[in-house]
Amino acid sequence: MSRNLNQERIVLAITILLFAFFALTLPGFLTVQNVLTLLRSVSVLGILGVGMAIVVVGRGIDLAIVAIMAVSVALTLDQSAHGVPLGLATLMGFGFAVGCGVVSGLLIAYAEVPAIFATLAMAAIIAGFGQSRLLSLSEIYVTPASEPLGWIGTGRVLGVPSPVLILAAVALAGFVLLRATKLGRFIYAIGDNPRAAHVTGVPVRPIIVLQFALSAITAFLAGLITATSVSSMNTRIVDSTLIYDIILVVVIGGIGLSGGKGGIRNVIVGTLLIGVLQNGMTILDTPYDEQSIIKSVILLFAIVADSIVNPRDEQTAQQGDI
Amino acid sequence: MRLRHFLTALAAFGLTLAAASAQTADQYKGKTVAFVPVALGYDLEDGWSAILKHQADKLGYTYEVRNPNLNSDVGAQAISQLITEKPTVLVIQNPDVQVYSRLIKKAEKAGIHVIQINMKSVAPSDYFVGADYVQLGQQAADMMVQKCGAGSGKSGKIAIVQGVLTAAASVLQMQGIDAVLSKHPDIKVVSNQAADWDSSKARAIMQTVVQQNPDLCGVVGFWDSMDVGTGSAIREAGKAAQVFLVTSGGGSDTACTNIDNGTFGAELSYDVPRQGSDMNKDILAAMTAGPAPDADKVTQITPLKVLSKETIGTTGCWTLKQLQAAAG
Repeated sequence: MSRNLNQERIVLAITILLFAFFALTLPGFLTVQNVLTLLRSVSVLGILGVGMAIVVVGRGIDLAIVAIMAVSVALTLDQSAHGVPLGLATLMGFGFAVGCGVVSGLLIAYAEVPAIFATLAMAAIIAGFGQSRLLSLSEIYVTPASEPLGWIGTGRVLGVPSPVLILAAVALAGFVLLRATKLGRFIYAIGDNPRAAHVTGVPVRPIIVLQFALSAITAFLAGLITATSVSSMNTRIVDSTLIYDIILVVVIGGIGLSGGKGGIRNVIVGTLLIGVLQNGMTILDTPYDEQSIIKSVILLFAIVADSIVNPRDEQTAQQGDI
Repeated sequence: MRLRHFLTALAAFGLTLAAASAQTADQYKGKTVAFVPVALGYDLEDGWSAILKHQADKLGYTYEVRNPNLNSDVGAQAISQLITEKPTVLVIQNPDVQVYSRLIKKAEKAGIHVIQINMKSVAPSDYFVGADYVQLGQQAADMMVQKCGAGSGKSGKIAIVQGVLTAAASVLQMQGIDAVLSKHPDIKVVSNQAADWDSSKARAIMQTVVQQNPDLCGVVGFWDSMDVGTGSAIREAGKAAQVFLVTSGGGSDTACTNIDNGTFGAELSYDVPRQGSDMNKDILAAMTAGPAPDADKVTQITPLKVLSKETIGTTGCWTLKQLQAAAG
């Protein structure tokens, strides 16, 4: 029984139940347009979730992902507004993001700072340095010079919003990376037992650096979607609860923070739950604060259900949670 | 001969003038103005700061900013520290009505003149410069009645996108809106949600609202920076011509750009350059008034400017660059 009912399935069941409930009770919920809106509204969260999952599966965590997303994309917009050609400005933002990811990775892999502290510090450094030195304002607007990027956030292909397609592409890439490549197997091996992986000849340190570079790339992509869909990038997003939401969709879907478990499917399930909840409650005109409470209660319910169905055993106790 | 007289007179006049200006310069020298905003890095606060600095440089008094960066604890610490440093004038932008109220009283007791800008605290101080948010709400609601109410031939359906629910700016604007709408049953509020000043949240909310209410007629948004998100959801749904979005803010070039491209229908602006010069007048008054707090409080309500496609050609918007360039 417990083998069939893991956390991912519980969350999926809750999502389907909620979806059915809203579809029956809310007029206008079960329309193609609304389902697309629903997916669109969580696409950024999903993309960041994929990036985070790649790191978490390898027993890491990237708390700097939101800071990288905000500052790198704001840098691109700011530079292009000040006359730098858009292509070059985009490259600068991308380079900045990857650079930040690599620095985080180096700190963790070579200086052996625990990921949670290294990325926490990096987040503060990136946000502070960006806001005070790199950018002209805390909120950078999309100007006519950066308008050609607009399709990333607002375009449609065959009626499907481009952010949804980008989420699908990122999820597919993440899935292939983790499931079908040697690198992916190595990441699971590192997450399961870094020392054993090292002994068996897995290049642990370079792979850790690579993981953080990959999560930084997803951050840049997610940032481009955010910025082009609201015509601006507010770097104050660093101070928001977005980072917790990202960890939430990763964990709620069933990826253990202790590493080596789960995959992209879990992220998608977690993201869908959040999407269905948010969309249904917005239609119901539930105040934002109450939405957060309801969201948290349902998430807590899923976690409790999991620990009842799958009680802690000796193995999980040994590995430990974060 | 006459020429010599004239020159002497001119020289004498010049001397008096120099003496007078030396006196004014001396009058302000050694005095300090300190500004504690909610956060720098926004057009509003950077705009005020540029104007305050401009006058300080011109008249030779010291101007400094302590930036709490949206953290009211840091802001409270900065104010406490400033109270011991005793600047002549302290300019405070309150993040909410409560948090600095005791410190404002303490500062005034210590002989520091306090100017509150735009967001009022429950503790009154010598000077207040700012918009009347209740009136702002009323004016926005009036626009909704005019655009969507009975006789307009529209559905009468409107949505409201608030900032942080507990912020004074949200509470007071809502009071103003309620006051007007209670008299207009023809206006129906189909959605009233808080987006926490966050454009992404505003966008997600508005996308669903527009879709659920295809005949939506108007939206009142509470801050222009957030409402670029509201507006882009409306635009993306192809409803920009049908849904009238009224927002409010400092009236910088961003507002004009967004009105120009149709994202905003109108912006009620509390005119940052005007607020800056009002504060500068208060600073001079406070500096000449001596250390005791005034018995009567000076309140300057900033008149609201309506920025719309029809008016931006004549009134225009300000840019931070202009203000900073003027300040040198």
